[in-house]
Amino acid sequence: MTKASRTIAIARKEFLHIIHDPRSLIIIFVMPLMQLILFGYALNMEIQNINLAVIDYSRTPQSSHLIEQFEGSEFFSVFHYNGKHSDIENIFLKREAKIILVIDQDFARNFQRQTKTSIQILVDAADPNAATIIKNYCYGIIANFNLEHGGQISQPFDVEPRIWYNPDMKSAYFFVPGLIALILVMISAMLTSLAITREKETGTLEQILVSPIKPIEIIIGKVFPYIIMAFLDGFLILMMGMILFKVPFAGSHFLLILLSTLYIITALSLGLMISATVETQQVAMMMAISATLLPTVMLSGFIFPIRSMPILLQYVSYIVPAKYFLIIARGILIKGNTFFQLGFQTLALTLMSIILLIRTLRKFSLNLEK
Amino acid sequence: MNDIEIINFKKSYGDVNAVNGINLQVKKGELFGLIGPDGAGKTTLMRTICTLLLPDAGSIQVKGMDVTQNIPGIRALLGYMPQRFSLYQDLTVEQNLNFFADLFQVPQSNRESRLQQLFQFSKLEPFKKRAAGDLSGGMKQKLALSCALIHTPEILVLDEPTFGVDPVSRQEFWEILHSIRAEGTTILVSTAYMDEADLCDRVALFFSGQIKAVDTPLALRKNFKFPLYRLQGKNLRQLRDFFDQISGIHTTQTFGDSLHVSFSGKQSESQWQAWQKKTGGNLVSWQVQEPSIEDVFLDLIK
Amino acid sequence: MIEHNKIAVRTNKLTRRFGKFTAVDQVSIEVKQGEIFGFLGANGAGKTTMIRMLCGLLKPSAGDATVSGFDVYKQSENIKKNIGYMSQKFSLYDDLTIQENIEFFGGIYGLTKEQIQSRKKTLLKEVRLTNVEESMTRDLPVGFKQRLALGCALLHDPLILFLDEPTSGVDPEARRSFWDLIYHTAEAGKTIFVTTHFMDEAEYCHRLSIMRDGKLIAVGSPGELRDLYHKSNMQDVFIEIVNGE
Ligand SMILES: Nc1ncnc2c1ncn2[C@@H]1O[C@H](COP(=O)(O)OP(=O)(O)OP(=O)(O)O)[C@@H](O)[C@H]1O
Ligand SMILES: [Mg+2]
Repeated sequence: MTKASRTIAIARKEFLHIIHDPRSLIIIFVMPLMQLILFGYALNMEIQNINLAVIDYSRTPQSSHLIEQFEGSEFFSVFHYNGKHSDIENIFLKREAKIILVIDQDFARNFQRQTKTSIQILVDAADPNAATIIKNYCYGIIANFNLEHGGQISQPFDVEPRIWYNPDMKSAYFFVPGLIALILVMISAMLTSLAITREKETGTLEQILVSPIKPIEIIIGKVFPYIIMAFLDGFLILMMGMILFKVPFAGSHFLLILLSTLYIITALSLGLMISATVETQQVAMMMAISATLLPTVMLSGFIFPIRSMPILLQYVSYIVPAKYFLIIARGILIKGNTFFQLGFQTLALTLMSIILLIRTLRKFSLNLEK
Repeated sequence: MNDIEIINFKKSYGDVNAVNGINLQVKKGELFGLIGPDGAGKTTLMRTICTLLLPDAGSIQVKGMDVTQNIPGIRALLGYMPQRFSLYQDLTVEQNLNFFADLFQVPQSNRESRLQQLFQFSKLEPFKKRAAGDLSGGMKQKLALSCALIHTPEILVLDEPTFGVDPVSRQEFWEILHSIRAEGTTILVSTAYMDEADLCDRVALFFSGQIKAVDTPLALRKNFKFPLYRLQGKNLRQLRDFFDQISGIHTTQTFGDSLHVSFSGKQSESQWQAWQKKTGGNLVSWQVQEPSIEDVFLDLIK
Repeated sequence: MIEHNKIAVRTNKLTRRFGKFTAVDQVSIEVKQGEIFGFLGANGAGKTTMIRMLCGLLKPSAGDATVSGFDVYKQSENIKKNIGYMSQKFSLYDDLTIQENIEFFGGIYGLTKEQIQSRKKTLLKEVRLTNVEESMTRDLPVGFKQRLALGCALLHDPLILFLDEPTSGVDPEARRSFWDLIYHTAEAGKTIFVTTHFMDEAEYCHRLSIMRDGKLIAVGSPGELRDLYHKSNMQDVFIEIVNGE
């Protein structure tokens, strides 16, 4: 017979540990916010008020309109360059602009004829990261322009699909869901695995194991507080993201809660799996970092687009839960995806959870045998 | 000159006074014991001597160096084994020992003989390939002790070294301590075993952050002013309850199979016979007993 | 009710191996209900391993054992309801208060809130911790911690108590008051299985067993053992057994 009271006792104690040690509260709640703000403003600083020099040989209403599009974006401050064409390179050298837009003479004509027209965009690649971001913004603006005017400005860049659903080109859109994915997995997997291995190390688990408790009671009691923490954290980051970086919420609130729960369960199962296999906090920590932090940052599409990864890593990314959650979160928040559009991701996370949980329950023994 | 010189040392944690103004001198080459009830401040004193804590007031000098001034100087000549010292659980017995020997730069030539001596006491030689984490509680403690004793510092500070160690090994451990002292090392040791206090040159009796007595074990025992008797009986607990009620009784303490009782004055043989009758024969025998350190301890903290 | 002739713990050739090493070697003992049974032996003799098998923390490699009439192989859940255990390493939560520790252990034994409250009151009085129940466990002296651990092991009113070195590192005064507690508990009919390295404490046990290298060498009352080995105290009996081949 399982007893709810035993599960509650474990959960309650877990909360007491957290409350008695304010540092853990700081780690759980303040760190994610700091990360959010750091990420957010660090990215924003690079992309706001970037000087853009325009050389407009076309001087037509169409070209003016294109320039207006750039002026309208808060990321560029546009000025017209009137110097000689051969001096263009000096613009970069003198750091007058990070980006130069050259509009050809026949721009308007070609545009009206619906044939390919071309513009030239030069980006200062001294800072490759910034250049990539700037490049993406330009592309987004041009794509918008094309959409509105039915024109065909050929793209001067490689296309990166992540720009598509971000018409306002706010990078915050990308990292807020990514950060939620990261924080949820860290809290769920890392903290639970630490919480259990700590008891193995201090010997307190031995005292629990001589009581008539069942593995499932220990497990549920142990993870419950972290589910709550993870939720509060996810909510906090999302709220701050919406307030500070104007992240939209296009889809269903209920759906996001539902699928976040699923993701949290997957992450918790991973943490439990780790704690059932290892004996010390140190090893648990290392395993948790290599199983959660690194893949979530590197392989989920959080920072680096999956499609531009080496093919092997693209395969590996299929076992990274955050990959699916990122699609889910971005889908619901930005695109307003419905449950059916996210069916594959839901299935993937469910499967992972089931496999991990079954393994954990098998491995979690009620004695000290290794 | 004294190796350790403590003048009016005070230390508190929040509003708890752990050590409340003590004065103490430990001479060079002395084996000095600290005894006292749990929480009396022994560990705090030892940690401060080892420069791990700072005094709130007063001063502590180790070989003339102040614990707040010359921390590297003190640490260079001092060996410390903390209470509940844990080793690298994933390393084997042998690897742990070698690690500490390397750490303290014990020359290869000395190493072998020292190890043999330590194995003699610890009886860990057959288990030297076993991971420290798989040892029994007392074996872990013995390994920790061996690691602390693998080098010979000028001053050795040991906080409850024999915690959980069995009686036979404790005896052999103290033989090692005596041989280390014979080489000129000064040793400061705390213990919960009163029979060990008897093996020290001098003993300080700690009680709630203060020193109640400092002397040789012999002098401490001589200081016990009350006539002490050792009684045997059929039921010791009942016997103890009986004597607790007697007027003029000073202490009643169980000591294994016997009861130690002390009185404000000497008791006559006829008095004992009367008591024997009164207990219905529960009191079987009585004899005058030399006080042990344990008697002194129990009396002082009463 | 307590029947004094009932057997609380019985083992038959109980054995435990770790790899090739045999930590407990065919040990057969019988402990009666209400008995204080002492378990002596040098470090590594196999005392903790033996207790862990009886508590269901380790699986025996061979032999049989029953605790409170239940089989250690098949009925460990029943056993766990009937035993209290104090491990050799202090194993309560240092970062919880005394009160919180008691409430937690009451909870995992499935006691109700009311049961916990009433048990807490009587137990705190029994183990003499009434004025410090709000203190953080890590701030307590060793002797207090050991009494708290005993209190927690007694919470669910078990029939059999396994105490693994409950008085190591405890000062002489606190050890005596701990033993008064053990006596009280035994008088209430509980069986106590206790290990110690203090030979005066060995004298306080009703019966003793002494192990060497995993094997049981001697069992009997302290008096019987002294007579058997022609020694005047347990210390000498112990040394003789540990050193003897
Ligand atoms: N997990 C394990 N793996 C290998 N050997 C082990 C393991 N656990 C215990 N042992 C060995 O079994 C033997 C008995 O250990 P046990 O802990 O039972 O001794 P003990 O009698 O309780 O000693 P102590 O008085 O030091 O507590 C020791 O040699 C120990 O090293
Ligand atoms: Mg043991």
